[in-house]
Amino acid sequence: MELTIWTYEGPPHVGAMRIATAMKGVHYVLHAPQGDTYADLLFTMIERRDHRPPVTYTTFQAQDLGGDTAELLKTAVREAHERFKPDVMLVGASCTAELIQDNPGGLAESLGLPIPVVPLELPAYQRKENWGASETFYQLVRALAAPHAPPPAEPRPERPAGQAPSCNLLGPTALGFRHRDDTAEIRRLLEAVGVEVRVVAPLGATAHDLARLGEADFNVVLYPEVAHAAASWLKRTFKQPMVTTVPIGVGATRDFLREVAVVAGLEADSLVERMHTQLPWYSRSVDSNYLTGKRVFIFGDATHAVAAARVARDEMGFEVVGLGAYNREFAREVRAAAKEYGVEPLITDDYLEVEEAIREAAPELILGTQMERHIAKRLGIFCQVISAPVHVQDFPARYSPLMGPEGANVLFDSWVHPLMMGLEEHLLGMFQEDFEFGNDTLPSHLRAEVPNDPATANGGSPAGSAPVIPAAEPGASADSAVPASALAAEPDGDIDPEWNAEAEKELGKIPFFVRGKARRNTERFAREQGVVEISVDTLYEAKAHFGGR
Amino acid sequence: MTPSTPSTPTIPGCTNPPADTRDGAGPGAANGTGTANGELPVLKERGQREVFCGLTGIIWLHRKMQDAFFLIIGSRTCAHLMQSAAGVMIFAEPRFGTAIIEEKDLAGMADANEELDRVVTRLLERRPEIRTLFLVGSCPSEVIKLDLARAAQRLDAEAGGEVRVLSYSGSGIETTFTQGEDTCLTSMVPHMPPHAGADHSASRPGGTNGSAAARQAEPGTAAAPPTSLLVVGTIADVVEDQFQRIFGELGVGPVHFFPPRRSAELPPIGPGTRMLMAQPWVNDTMAALTQRGCERIDAPFPFGVEGTTEWLVAAAAEWGIGRERVMEVTAAARERGRKAVARHRATLEDRSIFFFPDSQIEIPLARFLGRELGMRLLEVGTPFLHRGHMARELALLPGTPRLSEGQDVDRQLDRCRADQPDLVVCGLGLANPLEAEGLSTKWAIELVFTPIHGYEQAGDLAELFARPLVRRELLEV
Ligand code: SF4
Ligand code: SF4
Repeated sequence: MELTIWTYEGPPHVGAMRIATAMKGVHYVLHAPQGDTYADLLFTMIERRDHRPPVTYTTFQAQDLGGDTAELLKTAVREAHERFKPDVMLVGASCTAELIQDNPGGLAESLGLPIPVVPLELPAYQRKENWGASETFYQLVRALAAPHAPPPAEPRPERPAGQAPSCNLLGPTALGFRHRDDTAEIRRLLEAVGVEVRVVAPLGATAHDLARLGEADFNVVLYPEVAHAAASWLKRTFKQPMVTTVPIGVGATRDFLREVAVVAGLEADSLVERMHTQLPWYSRSVDSNYLTGKRVFIFGDATHAVAAARVARDEMGFEVVGLGAYNREFAREVRAAAKEYGVEPLITDDYLEVEEAIREAAPELILGTQMERHIAKRLGIFCQVISAPVHVQDFPARYSPLMGPEGANVLFDSWVHPLMMGLEEHLLGMFQEDFEFGNDTLPSHLRAEVPNDPATANGGSPAGSAPVIPAAEPGASADSAVPASALAAEPDGDIDPEWNAEAEKELGKIPFFVRGKARRNTERFAREQGVVEISVDTLYEAKAHFGGR
Repeated sequence: MTPSTPSTPTIPGCTNPPADTRDGAGPGAANGTGTANGELPVLKERGQREVFCGLTGIIWLHRKMQDAFFLIIGSRTCAHLMQSAAGVMIFAEPRFGTAIIEEKDLAGMADANEELDRVVTRLLERRPEIRTLFLVGSCPSEVIKLDLARAAQRLDAEAGGEVRVLSYSGSGIETTFTQGEDTCLTSMVPHMPPHAGADHSASRPGGTNGSAAARQAEPGTAAAPPTSLLVVGTIADVVEDQFQRIFGELGVGPVHFFPPRRSAELPPIGPGTRMLMAQPWVNDTMAALTQRGCERIDAPFPFGVEGTTEWLVAAAAEWGIGRERVMEVTAAARERGRKAVARHRATLEDRSIFFFPDSQIEIPLARFLGRELGMRLLEVGTPFLHRGHMARELALLPGTPRLSEGQDVDRQLDRCRADQPDLVVCGLGLANPLEAEGLSTKWAIELVFTPIHGYEQAGDLAELFARPLVRRELLEV
């Protein structure tokens, strides 16, 4: 048993959901209790998907356990097939159903549906989300592409003369960090150098697309955590070479193009020359001098962390003071990189351990996940997210890839921006007396929060606790940044109404991010009404007068 | 331990249905139709449910009782649920966590218990401020029959009075969303002290000689005079204080709230304690409290001006205070509430609304929206219908809405699309997809996480429903 407060990865069936949700015409029947349906909101809320994930949960209950949970599963599979008419079905169990051993895959296969049914065995007590995604993608690819495989001994036929080289892009999923934009960027880059992109999978792919994966000349593994297993199988089965350089940053994108040139039979230098990005010049321009030696701590999934370290040191001139990853499956890559940067690799999914390591390293910038963003806030350090797990704000409306030439521009802007804002820190130090810089006020770009007093910040609960769910982060509203005392001292021509003790106490119960507004409104109301002493009643009269919030 | 919540005790005269019928039908039973109070038919559904499990209650319970820690004994899924639902990670070490069961724990029971002891010991060393530790059961812990009740007893004895260790089920196979608060509160009831002067024999759990029960069994027996009021179900501190002031002015009291703000300070109870439900989901808790001799005051729920007034009137009556006096004391607040609600009437009047089941709060809110804002009720879904506790609400419900209990989410979505309501109240998994289909939605969960009780919040409550409609009219993209 392991005490866990926050987790970097969900259970493996959430990984399977990321594959099913990314694709078209796939349905996933998950033998699971009702509470597991929370996973839907990851997709509909964090990623703002406009469709429900294609998942049917059996939602068995305690009273079903003695009876026939197997029958429940068969009914769910049958009904899901009728209703959603998928081209392929995934069937598996979540952690609880794994314990009752109904063998969902076998049961579903016994129904003799007219479509391929892919049983998933995702051991929930050993594995996690990324592994689940990888295994699911691999099983799907195998099930759908294997019927089209050439005899094992047969060499891959030469690409006909005059036909452009072609590839598949493998790995992007639902809920992936910038997968949508990375995929568009790399497709654009490859097409610009004359490589045709046949299939992108799983994101946007159909069962039919997976069946014809073997047709392309080679595979590009954009996200090894998801696609390495499937691409390796394709390599063995269809003798398709795989391109494994992850094109994050200028150097890596150049290496990527060189690797593509080799497998596509193109001339490497001309490919690299045609790549345009601002990062090299921006990094060399004199104003970037102050970036030199900035201490940066990097943590994320192995692929993003290793890629970020290279950009940080070689392309920004930072000093890498920490490097780690939460997915043990790729620990080897992280260890190798850490050695190169002369730091101890941190391979852990214990959030508190990561926080401790960051505290010790005392970096000026953290490149991390959604979780490190919270660590950064607490420690007052700047942070940029470079890897899943993600939050709603990691899905920007604008085009914002990490990969390829535009990705390099995005990296420069997003990593350098907070450090430039760092100048404001000095001002803060100099003008501490300015009420806008009150004690609990962080620099504006660090988003204010009041971590020290849950009682007053939340007014008890259920209420008051910040509005829940992913979208919720205690707002950085202007009100929260302005200490109430400063406002109370605001000069005013009229006699200032006084707050009596009870009313003052009541005001303290109002969530901090609207408290300033409540105070101003109440005082305005009291002045208008000629009330000299503000009582609890005045507070609520004012609230009613101004219409609530 | 059997993988079950503290089951509903049988009480003479109790109108609470037995626990095992909480989902209306046995395994494999088809969806069916029954009636609520012999009036509105109830569509009982038994299919895929799109709801949270009871673990989610920890999100507000740990904020309410700040000296308590909630330790889920579960899987990575449970931990991930808490993280996804709690959303905000301001606190590095929040007052909840998950002891994740691993492969090696599944090998043998002795190991699992030792492991649990190890985790708890470390936790208590690290967090000396904890006064109550809840071991919270999950689906995995219940399926492998990990006896958390026994573990809690053992750990409680070991803690030597410094920390109280309790256990309850928040599992998805036993509890739906807010029922996790119900099972949590139920686990605390046996530890609530008898109030001064209470007949100790009546407070013996499991005894049938409680005065309330006795009185119900023998109609005509005089009620014990009220000695205190217990308001049951988590409400925001600020709302508690508002109610406390009103009760104070009315001369009703002493008033205690359950759960209390500090878990170590459980309110005293006994015969003479009158109970008001503040939340509709504390059904098992009410049954357990009844066993301790407390008596429920039959009242609607304090949502909206009308509900709040009737709730107060019902309580006041127990203290021999008449309706007129309640009206006098609450006049200003009622007027404020009425005005604040009226502000949203233009937006909501004659608009139709469809509730997916979520927290059991649906029926009282439908009553408020129907009666105070003139909304048309199409379907009112609830995960579980307690006929006794909901009787007053059902009687007030305007029109002939379709009442549904339980869920078959795909069929319900079909009905919803056919109805084309002006507003849909639903969970977060359904909201954006329905918006994309052109429907306006209100996140149901906000109704649990926002102060909406009482007069001062009545306008806020109306606004929660008005906002999506106002926004839709505002946007020109
Ligand atoms: S439904 Fe069960 S397994 Fe799923 S999160 Fe809730 S308690 Fe855990
Ligand atoms: S309060 Fe509820 S549970 Fe208790 S006796 Fe009355 S109906 Fe039954």
